[in-house]
Amino acid sequence: MNIVSLVLLAGLRDLSRNRWIVAYALCFLGIAEGLFWFGGTGPQVLLSLLNLVLLVLPLVALVFGTIHVYASREFVELLLAQPVPRRQLFAGLYLGLALPLAGAFVVGAGVPFVVHAHDGATLGGVAALLAAGVGLSLAFAAIATWIALRTDDRLKGVGIALGVWLASTVIYDGLVLGATAAFGDYPLERPLLALMLANPVDVARVLVLTQLDVSALMGYTGALFQHTFGTALGTGVAGATLVVWCVVPLALAGRRFLRRDF
Amino acid sequence: MITLDTIRKRFGVLDVLQDVSLALRPGAVTALVGPNGSGKTTLIKIVLGLTRADHGTLHVDGRVADEAGAYRKAIGYMPQAAHFPSNLRVGDVLDLVRRLRPGEATDDDLGRAFAMDEISDKFVGTLSGGTRQKVNAVIAFLFRPAVLILDEPTAGLDPLAAKVLKDKIRAVRHEGRSVLVTSHILAELESLADDVAFLCDGRMRFAGPVADLLRRTGERSLEDAIAGLMRSERASHRSASTVSAAIQMPPWRAPEPEGAA
Repeated sequence: MNIVSLVLLAGLRDLSRNRWIVAYALCFLGIAEGLFWFGGTGPQVLLSLLNLVLLVLPLVALVFGTIHVYASREFVELLLAQPVPRRQLFAGLYLGLALPLAGAFVVGAGVPFVVHAHDGATLGGVAALLAAGVGLSLAFAAIATWIALRTDDRLKGVGIALGVWLASTVIYDGLVLGATAAFGDYPLERPLLALMLANPVDVARVLVLTQLDVSALMGYTGALFQHTFGTALGTGVAGATLVVWCVVPLALAGRRFLRRDF
Repeated sequence: MITLDTIRKRFGVLDVLQDVSLALRPGAVTALVGPNGSGKTTLIKIVLGLTRADHGTLHVDGRVADEAGAYRKAIGYMPQAAHFPSNLRVGDVLDLVRRLRPGEATDDDLGRAFAMDEISDKFVGTLSGGTRQKVNAVIAFLFRPAVLILDEPTAGLDPLAAKVLKDKIRAVRHEGRSVLVTSHILAELESLADDVAFLCDGRMRFAGPVADLLRRTGERSLEDAIAGLMRSERASHRSASTVSAAIQMPPWRAPEPEGAA
């Protein structure tokens, strides 16, 4: 077996037994199952779950991710002292964090939809939700890794992670709303589209919404997106942007890992 | 086996290492000693490639240390404190390290002496500090590298385990491999060390056989010799700083009392 998969496997083994990861999966499982239990139909559950996922998933990925990278510092130093190239070690360590996070989400949120397959959620909608969740997990795990590698002070690092979460979930929406209200007299389509693509949480939201037939609930940017790109192209653009949101922070974190002094 | 030549490292405005040169002899134990913050850990990290030197060269077992890190096949490293992912079993950790270095000759002596078989099913998070340190030691000695780097190896070990480890260090030396040890317990180093490297404020103040150090300082034991070196180092520091303070002092005279003339 090569080095990446060895280190990844150790990470999977460790985190699949981690009580926070298990609780995280059970939390999604309980909520999705509960939403079905209280009489929701597939599309309703999907939509309710989406709002929760967009809020909780970045928080867990960022905070758990930074704490995990800090906690494995000594182990990483031990691995770096072995005859192993840094690049492969980084790939293994990142995947060993991101895949358990994504896996916990897929299991927790996916299983109820399999159980209630006859309740009317479209395959496209469920697939989009799971894909958006996986994309967000990978993106925010990369951002968390980058933060932890750049900041030696653990408290400061976790603080920055919380700040990034607040900015991308709560503050960003407020800014978009404020900008729309303030510059309502001007043609805002293009700047707003750009704003939306600049936030991975927004991108994930639109990715799922393009697959649900609920344009009324998509909000201003979502409706605009649908109008500009249409369903198929919209899904494609949102998906591709989410991939960019995984790759860019990962590249930054990787560059930091290759260059830094431990 | 390891040759460091004029290694220099700066962290911001702080010169952590200034033109440090050191050669580890095969079949010898070298004690790396120095006060806290003297640059010992940074020096070890540079040898391991964890930290990059700003200047200078490093040869390990005849090879130039490079980015790819293949030269680390010649090194076994025991860090000061071992932290492994707490949900892995002891067996998983040892297995991981073994598989990261495939094709290398292994050495199970220490694993047997520390009874790793009995605890291989235990989760690392449930181990006591001393037991974790044993796992840490076993990993360092898992292969037959030409050089062993041990950072405070006996810290946290019970006396029996510490003796087992020291016997292993002697055995390794006997096989012609070289060992670099840091420890604050100088009496312990006394019984092990052939050579001493004394680092202070980022400079190598002495590097050579223990006997030479004793002869030069006129002391009987390594402990006294090092303590003497540290004291004189501190004293010269103090006098240097008082001299510079005196120079920087503006010319100043006490005002003469009124009507004293």
